[in-house]
Amino acid sequence: MKGQRLRRVFVWELPVRIFHWLNVLAIFVLCVTGYLIGNPPALLSGAEASNRYMFGIIRFLHFTAAYIFMFNLLFRVYWSIAGNKYANWRNFVPTNGRYFTEIFKVLKIDIFLQRGKEHMSVGHNALAGFMYFVIFLASLFMVVTGLGLLADNSTWWFTRAFIWVPAFFGSDFAVRNWHHAFMWLFIIFTLIHVYLVFYHDYVEGRGEISSMGGGWKFIEEEQFQAEKPE
Amino acid sequence: MAPITPERRLTYYEELRHRGYSRRDFMKFCTVMAAYLGLEASGTAQITKALMNTPRIPVIWLHFQECTCCSESFIRSSHPIVADIILDKISLDYTETLMAASGHAAEAAMQKTMKDHYGEYVLCVEGSVSNYGDGEYCCIGGKSSKQILQEAAAGAKAILAWGSCACNGCVQAAKPNPTQATPIHKLVKGKPIIKVPGCPPIGEVMAGTLVHLVTFGAIPELDRVGRPKAFYSKRVHDSCYRRPYYDAGLFAETFDDENAKKGYCLYKVGCKGPMTYNACGVIKWNNGVSYPIQSGHGCIGCSEENFWDNGPLYRQMSSFPGFGIEANADKVGLVAAGAVGAGIAVHAIATNIQKRRLIVDVIDEGKKAEKELDNPLS
Ligand code: SF4
Repeated sequence: MKGQRLRRVFVWELPVRIFHWLNVLAIFVLCVTGYLIGNPPALLSGAEASNRYMFGIIRFLHFTAAYIFMFNLLFRVYWSIAGNKYANWRNFVPTNGRYFTEIFKVLKIDIFLQRGKEHMSVGHNALAGFMYFVIFLASLFMVVTGLGLLADNSTWWFTRAFIWVPAFFGSDFAVRNWHHAFMWLFIIFTLIHVYLVFYHDYVEGRGEISSMGGGWKFIEEEQFQAEKPE
Repeated sequence: MAPITPERRLTYYEELRHRGYSRRDFMKFCTVMAAYLGLEASGTAQITKALMNTPRIPVIWLHFQECTCCSESFIRSSHPIVADIILDKISLDYTETLMAASGHAAEAAMQKTMKDHYGEYVLCVEGSVSNYGDGEYCCIGGKSSKQILQEAAAGAKAILAWGSCACNGCVQAAKPNPTQATPIHKLVKGKPIIKVPGCPPIGEVMAGTLVHLVTFGAIPELDRVGRPKAFYSKRVHDSCYRRPYYDAGLFAETFDDENAKKGYCLYKVGCKGPMTYNACGVIKWNNGVSYPIQSGHGCIGCSEENFWDNGPLYRQMSSFPGFGIEANADKVGLVAAGAVGAGIAVHAIATNIQKRRLIVDVIDEGKKAEKELDNPLS
């Protein structure tokens, strides 16, 4: 591997990158405001309540970020059909045995750190792809429960269409608790995700971190030739 | 007015006149009810007409696993006619709490009503039904609550589920629910069921629902879980007079701090108003005197399903299932995030040991390239 020529591969198209960073922003705002809605800070203020709208603004930010999050997610679903092969939905949903073989391989090499031939994927590796699928499902859960909680106070038919959600769970109580608990899934996901990106960049030296900026990843000439169909 | 014959049941108006109410009192009552039901001005006339012309509907009022707070609330509703019209034997053919008859006589009265008015009577149920075993946890007159309910429900025109017990089980259905306290809608199928939840429901809400049933001969418009929309379409939070403090982010931190004295929002001391659909903020309690939040205590969400298992009452975040009373989602999440953080740290260290060769190679290669290059600036 030493001294090998690297080949530049265009992996993440612009829409994928825009999706990624919008998603980052939305999740960040949603987690911060969501946490504050559950545990508002103690404020001591002599101001008239009518002059302040702090909690109202926090909630407004939460709802706005939530709509951005949702439409962004919908767009990504569309792009998983329209986009290039690395954006395709097959990267996320296991449909064949090869997918699982790769998951085990990644587990062995990257997570349990066994020595051996490094698994150098070009796009997502199978385990990462599958995790994105899991977090996609969690995102759907968040969107549905969130819209359900908002439905009664909304005037938009789309949001109102989710009025069945609290009834399905029994009451707003349960929906709200689960909506809040799932936030932690996103926080934990982010921790692991960011760490593993650094891990790959550090161990493999192929521009993992910067790929979400410019879209480029680099693979060894040898691997490029090996993966190229004749 | 139609002539009164022994066969004909008296109309509500006739009954009231017999009891000494003036027409003026009667009109006042109709106006109040129209207002509670959220009807237009012409609604008063509709109610008046209906109560003058329709013979009273026979009512059977059953009590199962409950504390009778629904009945108590009902007879204390602000307008005295409410109590008279329904509870003072005028309309009630059977209710354990308030009827004069007892024992076999009472049971016979119920059987008679059920037979004579099959398909006509309104069945009010207060309390949950014990569904455990043969129903031995709740027996009345030698029959299990489930049996009694099913017999009475068969000929009912509509069923009114009074209070949280009948609507969702209430506290006796709290985990582990030893008697298998079960709400009415899970046991009776194919009958219109109106849920009037609350522990207890507001008396005026109960009266309003009954009056609607009588006036229009139809069940009122219900929301997605079967509650009358007129009373349960808004959250307590939406009509709460402390809402400006909520929006401003000004909260009482404890019940005796400066903020509490200033009347700030009770969200952080556990108010469940934002999740509770009820009319407390509008109709209020005890003749409109006050309601919990006005009296300085947060809403506990007594009309919502599972409020009893979503405690604690004095904290906003519920305890997380399976992790003990003190653990809410945030505490569990924080511990999980901490564990993941520790895992990452271990993994990072292990990476530097296990993948040493690989990392050194990459670094060496990079450093070599750096050496080989000129610095154009020096
Ligand atoms: S006291 Fe309760 S119902 Fe009133 S504004 Fe605060 S949270 Fe809402």
